[in-house]
Amino acid sequence: MRNHLTTAILYTLITGLVLGLGYPLAITAIAHLVMPGKASGQLITENGQIVGSALIGQPFTGPGYFHSRPSVAGAGYDAGNSSGSNLGPTSKTLIDRVDASVKAESNGDAPVPVDLVTASASGLDPDITPAAALYQVHRVAQQRHLPDATLQTLVQQNITPRQLGLLGEPRINVLALNLALDRLARGR
Amino acid sequence: MTLNGWLQIAVFMALILLLAKPMGSYLTLVFERRKTYLDPVLGPCERLLYRLTRVRPDEEMRWSEYAVAMLVFSAATMLLTYVVERLQAHLPFNPQHLANVEPALALNTAISFTTNTNWQAYVPETTMSYLTEMLGLATHNFWSAAVGLALAVAFVRGIARREKTTLGNFWVDLTRGILWVLLPISFVFALALVSQGVIQNFKPYDTVKLVEPQTVTGADGKTTTVTTQTIAQGPVASQEAIKMLGTNGGGFFNTNSAHPFENPTPLSNFLQLLSIFLIPAGLAITLGQMVGSPRHGWAVLAAMVVLWFAGTLTTYWAESHGNPMMHNVDTRALLTQAGGNMEGKEVRFGIANSALFATVTTDASCGAVNSMHDSFTPLGGMVPMTNILLGEIVFGGVGAGLYGMLVFVVMAVFIAGLMVGRTPEYLGKKIEAYDVQMAMLYLLIFPLLILGFSAVTVLMPNLGLASLANHGPHGLSEILYAYTSATGNNGSAFAGSNWNTHWYNYSLALAMFFGRFLMIVPMLAIAGNLAGKKIVPASAGTFPVTTPLFTVLLTAVILIVGALTFFPVLSLGPVLEHLLLRAGHLF
Repeated sequence: MRNHLTTAILYTLITGLVLGLGYPLAITAIAHLVMPGKASGQLITENGQIVGSALIGQPFTGPGYFHSRPSVAGAGYDAGNSSGSNLGPTSKTLIDRVDASVKAESNGDAPVPVDLVTASASGLDPDITPAAALYQVHRVAQQRHLPDATLQTLVQQNITPRQLGLLGEPRINVLALNLALDRLARGR
Repeated sequence: MTLNGWLQIAVFMALILLLAKPMGSYLTLVFERRKTYLDPVLGPCERLLYRLTRVRPDEEMRWSEYAVAMLVFSAATMLLTYVVERLQAHLPFNPQHLANVEPALALNTAISFTTNTNWQAYVPETTMSYLTEMLGLATHNFWSAAVGLALAVAFVRGIARREKTTLGNFWVDLTRGILWVLLPISFVFALALVSQGVIQNFKPYDTVKLVEPQTVTGADGKTTTVTTQTIAQGPVASQEAIKMLGTNGGGFFNTNSAHPFENPTPLSNFLQLLSIFLIPAGLAITLGQMVGSPRHGWAVLAAMVVLWFAGTLTTYWAESHGNPMMHNVDTRALLTQAGGNMEGKEVRFGIANSALFATVTTDASCGAVNSMHDSFTPLGGMVPMTNILLGEIVFGGVGAGLYGMLVFVVMAVFIAGLMVGRTPEYLGKKIEAYDVQMAMLYLLIFPLLILGFSAVTVLMPNLGLASLANHGPHGLSEILYAYTSATGNNGSAFAGSNWNTHWYNYSLALAMFFGRFLMIVPMLAIAGNLAGKKIVPASAGTFPVTTPLFTVLLTAVILIVGALTFFPVLSLGPVLEHLLLRAGHLF
């Protein structure tokens, strides 16, 4: 018992230093040598100003932008405070919130794609489905005085297909799409 | 449900079955201390570690000494984590200047990570410094997984050995698990994750200027304009790798593997799924090899695959159908969207990968999540809970899954013996009263903790009901899921409620502690007892444990024990909620 106690304490301290400091520091060193951008969060800079991360969603709610999904991370898309709604399927709060989103997003013709009115798991989902982007084309086009067809092409160009042709779901990064939209509008 | 979805699920299982044999064979080499390719590098490290920690590697331990060494080691590591949490404000690697963790939460978290649970009653990015994550928490992801591996190997030795009194050396098994298995695989896996975009740095949090500033109405009705976004950073990839590989599941961020920095792409998601099942699947093969009956290993693995498939099918089916109470919403599966119930799910994963992840993480005792189980449909959310309630023996946690499964094997063999009226045998060993008593103790401690704590919480309205985020049957499900997850050392949650209260921190800590250590003791007692037995030659009356019939019997025993124990409470939670949802009832 005494022997085991000594061993346990020494073992905890020594392997603790190796696994708790040596290992993560080694990974950090290699990652920054080989893939510095990815290790730092793929920040996007425009005119010397960091405007976002390629992986982290941002809120877009104005009519002239493609909207991102509802978020309950902090006040919305707070990437220092990630969170889902965790509301259950029989929650009245959930159904009321979805109803309000449906009212806000509806284009009057067709039912709203489900991802556009439901909160993501992380509250930071950078993506919407192609269906949700196409659903918003008409509104954005009118607001920006652009033809629908131009924006439909823009949406198609921004679709990230399934990885390796198999994994995940087709998706559109909302921040990238909206930055491309701004560039398109400026270029005219 | 889509063809592509099923294809992804099929490819996943095909790869697991392909990897099981090489992984299992490697584990056999490692734990039988035979030659491997890594010996030239790791051999000297191993010998140095033994010298520094005063381990005598050739000393064998009886089951009780093995248990004592394991308990003393767990206590020492738990203490380290508690101390680091309590002192983090004064320690380095804390660029956000986070305060010391308060005692109840620090204790809960220390126990949580020591027991391989990784229950998190806190928001990591606003609570834990980088040092606490690395030295306090990620270390446990190695240690507790290696302890699980060691215990499983000890149990297998108990079955394999004849007329011996010992089960091996705990320190040696622990060391070989860390050095030969967990550390090298994590190293490669962590870098693969970085290549997909998982971050790895020590920066303070970044501030970003929003492209479109937002006007936000607060709870008090006041409107404010938000112009910036704070982006949390940290050494994530190194922790993420062992979090999955060791079936720990404790996220670097609050939303775990749903967070884009923890799980940025479908490929990172796929690798994370593979890494949960990799070692548990291999261990089934190791079992067959070490006891000299490879087909027995495959028969056990087959039972795991059957139960995994049943769970995946149910969840995928349930989540593919949206919530019937959401009106004027398009939930169809199309080429341009996954459809279904997308509340609490990420677009890049869609329905198939969320359902698969939820099933896999609870089959094993991982507890990482890439979608919010709390927002699943009632039946979709019942599957993760049921998987844990069955004892997490479907592949199961690293080590813990195999020894849990072997207890069920003992029960299955015992019941088979009762049916034909002879003394049951398992691989030539007679299963006697003592073994069955210990197996029953193992099987009874589990529901006693879950149902006991849940009942107390429900019956004493002042204790924890105010914490609930959802009401009606879903509220009961949240409480039940919490104690199930804690006792089963899973760590996933119906996460809406506020679990950071004194009642939940202390009661869940007790559930985690007893759910791990109280169950290990009878398990090791069986192993010690089995090791001492003689081998009885097989006869015409011996029940073979290598056939499909055995697989069916084992699956049936698991399901019957689970159903008899937990169906009543499940019918008050998710089943009732399903019926009320169909009837259009909201809470």
